[in-house]
Amino acid sequence: MTNPAIGDLAQTQPGTSLWQDAWLRLRRNRLALVGLIILLLFIFIAAVTPWIAPYGYAQQDLELGAAPPSAAHWLGTDIFGRDLLTQIMFGGRISLAVGFVATAVALLIGITWGAIAGYMGGRVDAVMMRLVDIIYALPFMIFIILLMVVFGRNMLLLFLAIGAVEWLTMARIMRSQVQSLRQQEFVEAAVSLGLPTATIIRRHLIPNALGPIIVYTTLTVPSVMLLEAFLSFLGLGVQPPETSWGLLISYGAESMEEYPWLLLFPGLALTLTLFSLNFLGDGLRDALDVRGAKD
Amino acid sequence: MLRFIGFRLLQALPVLLVVITVTFFLIRVAPGGPFDSEKAVIPEVQAALEAQYRLNLTLFQQYTAYLGDLFHGDFGPSFKYPGRSVNELIAAGFPVTAELAFYALLVALTIGGIAGIVASLKPNSAQDYIPMSVAMIGICMPSLLLGPILILLFGIYLDWLPVSGWGDSPGDKILPAITLGSAYAAYIARLSRAGMLEVMSQDYIRTARAKGLPEWQVVSRHALRGGMIPVVAFLVLAFAGLLSGSFVVETIFQIPGLGRFYVQAAFNRDYTMILGSTIFLATLIVFFNLLSDILAAWMNPRLRDQMRAL
Repeated sequence: MTNPAIGDLAQTQPGTSLWQDAWLRLRRNRLALVGLIILLLFIFIAAVTPWIAPYGYAQQDLELGAAPPSAAHWLGTDIFGRDLLTQIMFGGRISLAVGFVATAVALLIGITWGAIAGYMGGRVDAVMMRLVDIIYALPFMIFIILLMVVFGRNMLLLFLAIGAVEWLTMARIMRSQVQSLRQQEFVEAAVSLGLPTATIIRRHLIPNALGPIIVYTTLTVPSVMLLEAFLSFLGLGVQPPETSWGLLISYGAESMEEYPWLLLFPGLALTLTLFSLNFLGDGLRDALDVRGAKD
Repeated sequence: MLRFIGFRLLQALPVLLVVITVTFFLIRVAPGGPFDSEKAVIPEVQAALEAQYRLNLTLFQQYTAYLGDLFHGDFGPSFKYPGRSVNELIAAGFPVTAELAFYALLVALTIGGIAGIVASLKPNSAQDYIPMSVAMIGICMPSLLLGPILILLFGIYLDWLPVSGWGDSPGDKILPAITLGSAYAAYIARLSRAGMLEVMSQDYIRTARAKGLPEWQVVSRHALRGGMIPVVAFLVLAFAGLLSGSFVVETIFQIPGLGRFYVQAAFNRDYTMILGSTIFLATLIVFFNLLSDILAAWMNPRLRDQMRAL
């Protein structure tokens, strides 16, 4: 049974002042704002690419071959006469998807793991965090290459493999947050009201630990995207006929001597995205006043 | 101190055992045997091959036998290159990778350290913003892009430096070292700036200034020592990261190091090579993690006291 007085209180108190305050501070950080705008633009383009791409994904002009930027092909064409802008747009869909989906996987595992460990404390906490320490000591890059070799190179596995190594820091951050929150009065109040543990974790602990989580998420997405680019560059990530920015850069590097635009434009797309995410992450950290989420 | 080191060593052992076990069984789960080929092989030859690689034993027997070999420092024969052992491949590739990592670290420390210290001396001025913006570029510019761009610029257009190889022609180590080191230079710049800023506001710096020391002496004799602690702790970790992170750089510049061998082994499904080098690199990383903890404790008196209490 819920107490009506508590319900009223929750309604009269919007409780968003912290977030409004953070938004104000973020808006004043011009670099972070530019990052946010570029990022939203890229995500929007990625979402509507199939409808707005200037050419078909597989459309070739073999007679044209690799041509520098022109009015018909804004960013030029690759050696098979495919429009580079179209390739970059479709590649961006995959690169961004890997970045966000793998981060979401990491977020889900990390938050749950950290929240449970931090809330339960004692032996459960010791065992759970010991496990995190062990996985932390593994060489990530090697481990992912290993997974890709063993289970074949498919996209779903790429998401899961990257997500599976990136959740560790998330779990640590969440745990330390929950540990400090657990001792505060409103959590004790929730406990004494008899709320079930799962509800306390979901309703009270996770929302209050959101600041560092948001900041760390923003900084995880670029590192995940970088990882995908590395793997694709080595030929162990995204496979043709799919493409990604990492794969386009690797093709571009092969023929950069004759056709430098094939390297520069995909590289620019990736770098710009990584820049935006990092600046946004830094801005959010200052705006939400989170210490020690990076470095 | 010794007790702390011993304690941490004991903690490292189960980690290594987990790495070995997981890697071993993951590899065995992989589809396709090493000798599945279109060509029909005489049954006796097949049997001899399988016996040589112990594939005729049960999985558990293979595992214990492998552990036994590892205990003697033997990673077994390579699947792909008959007659060559994984030990030989690692012995050939590792010194190259280590050398590359060392130069990269040198680049990172020199550029990053100077940039960070310079930036920390006048916070929130152009002297701060410019090096830190460059550091941001270093963090965002992935080596898989920086490497080809450097090759294009200095190797092809300007024709100043060789574009590939290792130790074949003078100067061919410069571009790989810069490519690999740049991201770490950026982190070191940030770390040393933050470390210096923190130290510069401490009382003992004020004391040094109050007794009339010139500013450069305050920085070089008093601030540097404390401000660089986070950098030193990072350096050891970075070296481990560089060792395993040189896959891309070695591939770009065609350097015959362990990273390139590993990627090739991944393509060739040379399972013993993958297994061996995974364990080798994991051991190194665990070792460097340990070293970093010990160094940090040794440099920070407060942590040292905690260890005595242990």
